[in-house]
Amino acid sequence: MKMVVAIIKPFKLDDVRDALQEVGVTGITVSEVKGFGRQKGHTELYRGAEYVVDFLPKVKIEVAVTDDRVDAVVEAITKGANTGRIGDGKIFVLGLEQVVRIRTGEVDSDAL
Amino acid sequence: MKVLFRCLAALMFLATTGAYADTPTLNSGDTAWMLTATALVLFMTIPGLALFYGGLVRSKNVLSVLMQCFAITALVTVLWTLYGYSMSFSTTGMAAGVTNLNSFVGAFDKAMFAGMARDALVLGVPESVFATFQLTFAIITVALIVGSIAERMRFGALLLFAGLWVTVVYFPMAHMVWSGAGGFMFDMGVLDFAGGTVVHINAGVAALVACLVLGKRKGYPTTAMPPHNLTYTVIGAAMLWVGWFGFNAGSAVAANGSAGMAMLVTQIATAAAALSWMAAEWILHRKPSVLGVVSGAVAGLVAITPASGTCGPGGALVIGLIAGAACFLAASKLKRALGYDDSLDVFGVHAVGGIVGAILTGVFAASSMGGAGLAEGVSIGSQVWIQTKSVLITIVYSGVLTFVLLKLVGIVVPLRANADDETEGLDLVLHNERGYNF
Repeated sequence: MKMVVAIIKPFKLDDVRDALQEVGVTGITVSEVKGFGRQKGHTELYRGAEYVVDFLPKVKIEVAVTDDRVDAVVEAITKGANTGRIGDGKIFVLGLEQVVRIRTGEVDSDAL
Repeated sequence: MKVLFRCLAALMFLATTGAYADTPTLNSGDTAWMLTATALVLFMTIPGLALFYGGLVRSKNVLSVLMQCFAITALVTVLWTLYGYSMSFSTTGMAAGVTNLNSFVGAFDKAMFAGMARDALVLGVPESVFATFQLTFAIITVALIVGSIAERMRFGALLLFAGLWVTVVYFPMAHMVWSGAGGFMFDMGVLDFAGGTVVHINAGVAALVACLVLGKRKGYPTTAMPPHNLTYTVIGAAMLWVGWFGFNAGSAVAANGSAGMAMLVTQIATAAAALSWMAAEWILHRKPSVLGVVSGAVAGLVAITPASGTCGPGGALVIGLIAGAACFLAASKLKRALGYDDSLDVFGVHAVGGIVGAILTGVFAASSMGGAGLAEGVSIGSQVWIQTKSVLITIVYSGVLTFVLLKLVGIVVPLRANADDETEGLDLVLHNERGYNF
């Protein structure tokens, strides 16, 4: 099992969600996050006071999947989140040791 | 020329002490307008100024600013009742051309509105309406100051300071300019229709002194302190614009041509200043900002205030254009260069805008410049000199007394929140509340 973590542009969230649904993903977790990468921040100017905003708002999505579906999920996120411009984000694939569905006590692939 | 002079005297706010006695009948049209204007001017402070300022601070301090504006409104009202109206507008002991103690401050014979009958009239309107109208000016003047010390002053210290300041600085200042013949600055021939010196330079200078005495906010200017909600600020500025018609056109204390012209020139100068600040910012900072355009409008409102009873539409246009650019430079360049932390630019907008307006009032009051005309034998140059003197007197009077009062208050209670409290935010630390519980 793998945990797929992706940092994407906030306005691409709906596209990513649709793409993931198409490949049969039944659940994801979404958080609003801030960070920086190669995409430059921006400056804000209030009555001459200039503030450099380094941390840009992004959306983090987390998807737990069985090993055989990792490639399809990564491809779906890539397709959904791509604009071709700097700042599109990154996908991280992590190993996942155990999954438990709280309601029933099912574990691992049964719980996904 | 005699007629002209009489016109001018009528245009000047609260023309003469004689006017008190010479208006035996109530004018219902004037009264209706003054009731409305009074409500409009109160609307400028709450919620107008409160929202304008509230949006400009960080979210952890929004309530502290709203609280300051609201509590000042209440405090000044009570002090006005106790003795403020009397100190400002009692004419006892005053005579034209005579300089005595009552040229600087009113006697206490009208304390608690003593002797004010229900039907008492001032300039054809009930004295009760006149007194309430004038009260709203005292309120906004004190409330303007809080912008410079926002996000760091303790509430108790602020209330104490506000009470002392309105007593020692505002009431005498209003008396000197507006109480009529025998008033120190009135006798100088100062033209200040709606409060360029009394309200704006007075508050702006006090604000500068206050922010210097209190010191900078922790982290200023290296830490980012962007406005937390510019939509509030735009709403507040728009309310100020609307409410200002009560301020300027109401200062005619009549529903007449003077009030109408005051309304027109107020609109023109405000629009010109909004465009002027926006253009200056567009050129120097590459982008026109919303904060810039609304700040420009406020700068225009401030600058036209002293001139609104005497200048014409052309003069208003020029005053607005100059004020917008001058206040932009003061708020964005001068403040940076000198390094003081006037948090919400009270000095840059109200003192600078007030000074520009007060001096240009002397120019555009002349009939040759499209104004209502200067007093007989007074040239533009000599009127500008009178205006400049009034500006200097206001700066010194307000500056010195504000400094002394803050030092006195500082002996009794700490002026500033401590560093930890400032980081935590004044809303939680001083008021046990948060502006937003999402």
